[in-house]
Amino acid sequence: MAVIDRTDAPFDLDVDDLFGHYRTMFLIRRFEEAAERQYKAARIGGYCHLSSGQEAATVGTVKALEADDLLVTGYRCHGFALARGVSPEAVMAELFGRRDGCAHGRGGSMHLLDVEHGYYGGWGIVGGQLPIATGMALSLVRRGSPQAVLCELGDGAVNMGAWHESLNLASVWNLPIVFLVINNLYGMGTSVERASAEPDLFKRAGSYRMKGERVDGNDLEAVIEASSRLLEEARNERRPAVLEALTYRYRGHSVADAGLAYRTKDEIEERKKLDPLAATRELLRSEGAADAESEAADAEAADAVARAVEFAESNPAPELDRLAAGVYAPGSQEQFARMLPGSPFGERELVYAGGLGE
Amino acid sequence: MNPVELEVEPKVAAPAPAGSETMNYREALRLAMRQEMERDERVFLMGEEVGLFDGSYKVSAGLMEEFGPDRVRDTPISEEGFLGAGVGAAMLGERPIVEVMTLNFVLVAMDQVINHAAKVGAMFGGEVRCPLVIRTPNGAGNQLTAQHSQSFDGWFAGTPGLKVVAPASPADAKGLLKAAIRDDDPVLVIENLPIYKEKGEVDLDPDLITPIGLAAVAREGSDLTVVAHSFATVRALRVAEKLAAEAGVSIEVVDLRSLRPLDVETLAASVSKTNRALCVEEGWPSYGVSAEIAARIQYACFDDLDSPVERVGMAEVPLPYAKELELAAMPTEARIEAAIRRQLELTP
Repeated sequence: MAVIDRTDAPFDLDVDDLFGHYRTMFLIRRFEEAAERQYKAARIGGYCHLSSGQEAATVGTVKALEADDLLVTGYRCHGFALARGVSPEAVMAELFGRRDGCAHGRGGSMHLLDVEHGYYGGWGIVGGQLPIATGMALSLVRRGSPQAVLCELGDGAVNMGAWHESLNLASVWNLPIVFLVINNLYGMGTSVERASAEPDLFKRAGSYRMKGERVDGNDLEAVIEASSRLLEEARNERRPAVLEALTYRYRGHSVADAGLAYRTKDEIEERKKLDPLAATRELLRSEGAADAESEAADAEAADAVARAVEFAESNPAPELDRLAAGVYAPGSQEQFARMLPGSPFGERELVYAGGLGE
Repeated sequence: MNPVELEVEPKVAAPAPAGSETMNYREALRLAMRQEMERDERVFLMGEEVGLFDGSYKVSAGLMEEFGPDRVRDTPISEEGFLGAGVGAAMLGERPIVEVMTLNFVLVAMDQVINHAAKVGAMFGGEVRCPLVIRTPNGAGNQLTAQHSQSFDGWFAGTPGLKVVAPASPADAKGLLKAAIRDDDPVLVIENLPIYKEKGEVDLDPDLITPIGLAAVAREGSDLTVVAHSFATVRALRVAEKLAAEAGVSIEVVDLRSLRPLDVETLAASVSKTNRALCVEEGWPSYGVSAEIAARIQYACFDDLDSPVERVGMAEVPLPYAKELELAAMPTEARIEAAIRRQLELTP
């Protein structure tokens, strides 16, 4: 197998692996473009947060995970789900609110998950996923498991109390967790400089006697190197860490935001010159990969996304009489049976007598 | 990673004097935790002062010594952090019991309870569950004042995705806590500060649970039904005895035990028999548990009612410090008795 050998490279990456990551990055880019089109065509509802521009930070960190490591993220999660191996069909169907979406049409864009791939959501309250991921790391330690948790958050989450509480617990209990701060420079429309008294976000880890590092989030190799190393330390030494990946989102906070009230078109164009897909293609080119191969990867990604849209279009809506399915665990219906008398009109049919607890 | 699945057939409580013991409410809770920790290694307790300190209210006394600091885990004062950690551990199939010192402090972790624990099952399409137990006392009456005397039982009971139980006796404290630990959903176990010292007979059978979703007729009667839970049940039973002796009236007391699921069948059957209902709670009645009970009763028992459903709860003020003012605000036995007398048109 050919190995890329750059004298200044911090990390040696197999060229086949690199090509695989490149494909995933393209898949995410094309997926997000399709999601935006479908949202604007009103086939996707609610909030829809796109991650175009963040592909190297997303793919690089997820590819550093071992198969049985756990992943927890915030709501800008399409890319993380795809990188972790959730099928584009299941993700797009979830965005469409369809029966065979990865959360069966109950979660939507912000609440993707795939337990089989160790991906535990897709959480919509800024910072709320941090204590949960911390508890998962605690559980791994309690069981003597060698796994680690990767917990993604945005730059806006570092000013929440949950960030402080989670980092403190992770450090005081020596938990195997890496907090990945995707710093795309804006928490919604508020820049890091305007929001954070210490805008070098990785430095905050020091307050908890925890390792904190910053990496160029558009440099795939650098992201893989840093996240692999920190995850390894988390697994082997039960040492938590903060990894801040500097990147940029090309689109607005969500599809509904044009993204220009707080930044200029020029800034976006400047940032696009640092595009992680272009950088990775350049890297492949320098290793002798033909442009035709890269173009084929792009076409392949576009095809996969088209198939996903087709699948979502033809997938049925969730059954109405299963409205309450999943709210409570199987077996709960008996506990709720005595709640029926006097229940509000409609709930009798849809909740208590319907899918509850099945 | 592979949790041990234990098949346990819950037995419904039946009086079994052999193998029972008189103990107080906190000892009954401790017995439940000890038995469940012995039975299932996925069960662990965490919270502020639960270990070395033996528990703020001594519920977990001795458990750290018995099970070690991993299974009885002291936490920093960090409710959002450790309650959320309980959610995460539960999602991986563990059975965490998170003790929060009082219900008032759950408020700083409310995001984890309402936006996270309660959402796991539904929001992820049933793909993952959250078998978390949160234990915390409500209650007032020790001049703890405005920030430490609140009962928000109705907030939680009104949240789909949560189950809420509120035992009023040592036997149910043991039985319901065990049921909560074995349940596959997040269960809030509302304990109560004044009841911690109340004594009662508790069956020691480790497999005897009190089923969630089943109310109890704590006292049979024919003239009026008092619907209560937690410490209000204790008060209602005292008033019922007093009125039986002094006025010859027969009060039935329905102890809800579970707030969500709510056993409307039992309380509706009782009200249909007595034709009168008084709802009593420790919390503020506006938008509270008693509001919900009254709505259910009017719907289920409309034709059976001889008088409007009445309510007694905390006076709607932040609880004051001065003993006299505090007492004036509480749903005391005197206020419960006055409400019953009014409803039955008895002379005070």
